[in-house]
Amino acid sequence: MATVGQACLILALATCAYGIGASLYGASAGRRDWVESGRRSVYALAVLATAAFAILIAAFLRSDFHFTVVATHSSTTTPTFYRAAAAWSSQEGSLLLWVWLLSLWSSLVLFLVRRRLRDVAPYATAVLLGFGAFFTALLVFSVTPFHTVASAPAEGTGLNPLLRHPSMMIHPPMLYSGYTLWAIPFAFAIGALVVRRVDADWIRATRRFALAAWFFLGVGILLGARWSYAELGWGGYWAWDPVENASLLPWLTGTAFLHSVMVQEKRGMLKVWNVSLILATGTLAILGTFLVRSGILDSIHAFGASTLGVPFVSLIGVMIAGSVALIVTRRASLRTEHRLDSLLSREAVFLGNNLVLVGLAFVVFWGTFFPLISEAVTGEKAAVGPPWFDRYTVPLALVLVLLSGIGPVIAWRRATLANARRNFKWPIVAAAVTLVALIAFGVTQNVAAMTMFAVAAFVVTVVGQELVRGVSARRAMANEGPARALVSLVSRNRRRYGGYTVHVGMAVLFVGVAASTAFQHARDVRLSPGQTAAIGGYDVTYTNATARADYRGDRLERVNLGAVLDVKRKGRHVTTLRTERGYYPSTAAFASGSIVQGIFEGEATSEVGMKAGLTHDLWTAIRPDPEYLNKVIDALAAKTKGRSVDQQFTAVGNLLGVYRQGAFPAQFRLISSPLVTWIWLGGIVVFCGGLIALWPAPDAARRRATAGYAGRVARELGRA
Amino acid sequence: MDVLAPLIVIVLLAVVVWLVSGPLRAGASATEDPDVGRREDLEAAKEAKYREIRDAELDLRTGKLSEGDWRVIDRDLRAEAMELLRRLDELG
Repeated sequence: MATVGQACLILALATCAYGIGASLYGASAGRRDWVESGRRSVYALAVLATAAFAILIAAFLRSDFHFTVVATHSSTTTPTFYRAAAAWSSQEGSLLLWVWLLSLWSSLVLFLVRRRLRDVAPYATAVLLGFGAFFTALLVFSVTPFHTVASAPAEGTGLNPLLRHPSMMIHPPMLYSGYTLWAIPFAFAIGALVVRRVDADWIRATRRFALAAWFFLGVGILLGARWSYAELGWGGYWAWDPVENASLLPWLTGTAFLHSVMVQEKRGMLKVWNVSLILATGTLAILGTFLVRSGILDSIHAFGASTLGVPFVSLIGVMIAGSVALIVTRRASLRTEHRLDSLLSREAVFLGNNLVLVGLAFVVFWGTFFPLISEAVTGEKAAVGPPWFDRYTVPLALVLVLLSGIGPVIAWRRATLANARRNFKWPIVAAAVTLVALIAFGVTQNVAAMTMFAVAAFVVTVVGQELVRGVSARRAMANEGPARALVSLVSRNRRRYGGYTVHVGMAVLFVGVAASTAFQHARDVRLSPGQTAAIGGYDVTYTNATARADYRGDRLERVNLGAVLDVKRKGRHVTTLRTERGYYPSTAAFASGSIVQGIFEGEATSEVGMKAGLTHDLWTAIRPDPEYLNKVIDALAAKTKGRSVDQQFTAVGNLLGVYRQGAFPAQFRLISSPLVTWIWLGGIVVFCGGLIALWPAPDAARRRATAGYAGRVARELGRA
Repeated sequence: MDVLAPLIVIVLLAVVVWLVSGPLRAGASATEDPDVGRREDLEAAKEAKYREIRDAELDLRTGKLSEGDWRVIDRDLRAEAMELLRRLDELG
């Protein structure tokens, strides 16, 4: 089937090339048939990419080691659940995933707008097929996933153990869905600029896709954070790592875009800003795709160095140059229709929110690329760490959360002082009460965290107040009960109340971030069984060592050395934590016949011991002391040298027994961190809000009335 | 498999050619009335305008807009909606 897969890719490339030509010719010559044919090329691309992707996934599920990519990224010992994920752990598979997702979203948007934006759509089609052509060309000429060997190896290298986590099944497809979905508004913005139709029509046609991009990218980022917290063994969820930052950049500019387009829709303002934002977001999405695998920046998430630097940098260069040229040559069409009436207006708040978000994006971009910048200027690669990022992002995040509370209750065009007083009274009271309560309980160590708690209280009260007023208005209008009125209110105004829900979720999430950063206790301690360490008011005792081996069939998959820890607070038992370090024997060790020696020469992962709660997380990860362990391993390896596999497995069993019985010391990272769970809960609320905003509104009444226009407007509004 | 693979590729090629060349085979005359596209655009603009009118009304009811400000905004938005209806009717 590799031949069919490769043929699908070649056909896909040819289809993209044809579709670009047909769309551009159709648009310039006014030939609908050619435009239509170009649009169908996108559907054909979807069919071909789906077939190619299915062939690759089937090869991984079958462990068909004739496929080089399967042999180098999977193995028969890789659990079936993770074999499909192994497809996108490879560079080839991830690029194919990109093309597949792009082809699906492109087909969907072009189907939905098949009778709309007839002047813009052909150019958008050409841009989308341009992306398709770029990625399929890479897959055909540089990194084909369908390279095969005549003689398949008996066993594959296996999936990187760090990626064997449920989040990793979903995290990359979510990120890539986000990246590819940003290509949709990007392409339509280019189309709108080309034909100089820069009103809000292209924004309305692609708004749901922009929202979906924001949603999926956000889910991907949060899953990545969760994976980092639960799997990487360092105890944090965000390290300002280049790959993490690369996904955050388009999310930040995309969030700014989702807010500022409302100003263009309502007031015809910020046209240059909006097209600039979406063109930047599309470009940053490509940069994010590239950075994950480029190896140009050191990252804990980089799983291989790419050979695709030149094509990617060229594409990014073309995107930037093309975007700038289009905006400059269309600046007359992009002139604003209105001016800002007042600084006390929603437009002004959205502008402020945009400046903060773009400011955050600039800080993240500068910090991420600083090693390259410093190397270019001074010749030395210098990196900036989390304290540098925190210095700038903390105040910006505070302002951002505050603005997310002000925005919902301030009027478009001009708010009066009387309205402002009425709308801000209770939120300000809630923020003040929170501050007083924090001071009363002695939580005064960190001013930034205290401010964040107060600002979050402000936001939650604003949204609560909005819901109460909306429900009251709805009840007065429709004579409904409170629950029914709430459902009606939200379902009739999904974009508004979905957005408010997102704001509440972000406030909760930032409370979790502020608390877990400011009030975290962390210690690295070396303990032997029976010894105790104190952390954040808890006494943690290393009770006993654990050791076991996992076999898949007759193959040794992993050796786990761990610990059981008893946690007490003021002498009372709180919980028991179990943590392990998993060692995956290297394939080379098996090949050389020295299984005992090879156990610790492969990849290693941490199984975190965690007691998560609404108020506190207790977190620990073990690293067995190599000094003691190596002595035992060397002795066993010497004894079993040249012995049969069975005898070596017996030696592994002996090693585990010795570890369990012996009083080997181990290194533990202990963390007591408040409100981490609020980050995940806040994330869930954010994405519930995103879903509410994304959910299609009920079909508006489209029946035509025969009476006068004013009466028709009133009647149709009443029906919807 | 050696025989099957070329067959599958030929079938895929045929499907792609059939799918993509459909509009060209039907010719320019078979494509839709250009007014259909304009009507869809105007319908979308009308729905967006209605949404703005409802938003303004909700802003009034939740205390973000004063009665006077709302009247001005609502009158402007309804006039724009009526203009869109007129243009839709012109298309027949």
